[in-house]
Amino acid sequence: MSSLRILVPVKRVIDYAVKPRVNRAQTAVETANVKHSMNPFDELSIEEAVRVREQKGHHTSAPKVEEIVAFSAGPPKSQDILRTAMAMGADRGLHVVVEEKDALEPLGVAKLLKKVVDENKSNLVILGKQSIDDDAGQTGQMLAGLLNWPQATQASKITFKDETVEVIREVDGGVETLKAKLPMVITTDLRLNEPRYASLPNIMKAKKKKLDKKTLGDYGLDTELRLKTVKVAEPEARKAGVKVEDVDGMISKLKELGAL
Amino acid sequence: MLPAARSSVLRAARTQLRRSHPIAVPQYSAFARLASTFAVLEQKDGKFQPASLAAVTAGTKIGGSITAFIAGSGVKSVAEEIGKAKGIEKVIYVENGAYDKGLPENYAPLLVENIKKGGYTHVVAGHSAFGKNLMPRVSALLDTQQISDITAIEGEDTFVRPIYAGNAIMTVQSSDSIKIITVRGTAFPAPETECGSATLEEGVDPKAESPTEWISEDLAKSDRPDLGSAEKVVSGGRGLKSKEEFDKLMPPLADALGAAIGASRAAVDSGFADNSLQVGQTGKNVAPQLYLCAGISGAIQHLAGMKDSKVIAAINKDPEAPIFQVADVGLVGDLFEKVPELTEKLKA
Repeated sequence: MSSLRILVPVKRVIDYAVKPRVNRAQTAVETANVKHSMNPFDELSIEEAVRVREQKGHHTSAPKVEEIVAFSAGPPKSQDILRTAMAMGADRGLHVVVEEKDALEPLGVAKLLKKVVDENKSNLVILGKQSIDDDAGQTGQMLAGLLNWPQATQASKITFKDETVEVIREVDGGVETLKAKLPMVITTDLRLNEPRYASLPNIMKAKKKKLDKKTLGDYGLDTELRLKTVKVAEPEARKAGVKVEDVDGMISKLKELGAL
Repeated sequence: MLPAARSSVLRAARTQLRRSHPIAVPQYSAFARLASTFAVLEQKDGKFQPASLAAVTAGTKIGGSITAFIAGSGVKSVAEEIGKAKGIEKVIYVENGAYDKGLPENYAPLLVENIKKGGYTHVVAGHSAFGKNLMPRVSALLDTQQISDITAIEGEDTFVRPIYAGNAIMTVQSSDSIKIITVRGTAFPAPETECGSATLEEGVDPKAESPTEWISEDLAKSDRPDLGSAEKVVSGGRGLKSKEEFDKLMPPLADALGAAIGASRAAVDSGFADNSLQVGQTGKNVAPQLYLCAGISGAIQHLAGMKDSKVIAAINKDPEAPIFQVADVGLVGDLFEKVPELTEKLKA
């Protein structure tokens, strides 16, 4: 198998354990002074890329990983999560600085990634299946479409066999197995692996790794937004429920509510 | 000679007439621009997937005409079946086994060709594994920004969708000329399937090659109702402690209610239940009449998948568990006692 040049896009999002609040003007979710971290699905992507490299130590048939590049398009603080990615094992980082107010839509990110793939001669892109803020779940598929590469989304297992990559995907009702040749795009599902914690020595080493900073202008992209946010609102609150004393109470209450 | 000449004269006259009349139409076309929706429906092994009809319901809300699309081997009969669904004007079908597995590498070019040919303003599909995998690829090929997992339609170009695991509801307005949308099935009930009479038409087939090969699948078999569309769902979490307990307690309760079985991520990760049963932000979204859960604390990510249920009932031994903040009926107690008791009393 040809050697792998892996690109792993990561996104800085509000930490998954934080309950987001809508701002007063109802224009967005409040992000100031809120804990942010790497999108959980992107941690899985980095972990998987690093594991592919580590396999080479155990099986000679495993593909050689030439390079793992972590990428992020986001505000200046996104470099923190690129450092995390490098502490987990990515070789270098690429940060396209995009201020929060100019945040890209998935199509814009996919177009940018296409250019980054060309520039870095990547032949495998591993992305998270969705970011937990926008919940769109589009970027990987869009990138595969723009590159005209095979795609395997919601991967729960990735195996390299000779010249091909076999991917088990999570689908409605179970799993399915696909096979494709490189280059390809894979998106990760929760079951793919368990991401490692970056150790302190690795965090220190990551500070010395290369982190390139670029702007959208460097890629000459038209990133005009197609969607206008009309409003962001809190979801309707559910009416307060009741606590019942015992199973009989539960059954009679459910009957009263018409659920039984 | 004569009849031919006469008909051509007639034709010329008709053309003249037509020209003299309808010029006024484009003047108000700015707001009367007719929406035409292309609803991408699903089949599996030659069997129509009724859940995908949510796309048709969404099309009805957009207004304008609705064309349904289906592809695969032997889909003509499936197309006839679909044609009976209320609201569909036309069913376009493409008979080709290459589309059976819904591989996006050849399915996306197929959709693009048919969408371009029909000049549709809206393309709608279900936010299922099939739709999630395929539609963004189609969007990229058509250079439009997809709108995922919508729960409401406010206008021809304005849509509502949950973000941040359902903790915020966003309304967006699209400026794209083709709007590509995936819809949340539980927000758009399927239309009636008996009274429609759509016309059938064969679609164009670009026959793109797929570089991806489908090898196999392993689907959980179950006689219970489908989790995504069940009227009642019983769901278990980490509190069940083991797969043995999960299998001992949950299926009898589900049977007593005629319910589907779901699970929290904790239960799935611990191996108590199959991945496909996971309810939440990264699993299935359900909105049944009754969601009855036991041993689930109610993390943000789980609530994202079930808080639109009509009635939520929870059994948990921790009175502070967040699940009680959304539950209509809460019972604080040991699920290993309460669930079997509930099962017995429901059967009685």
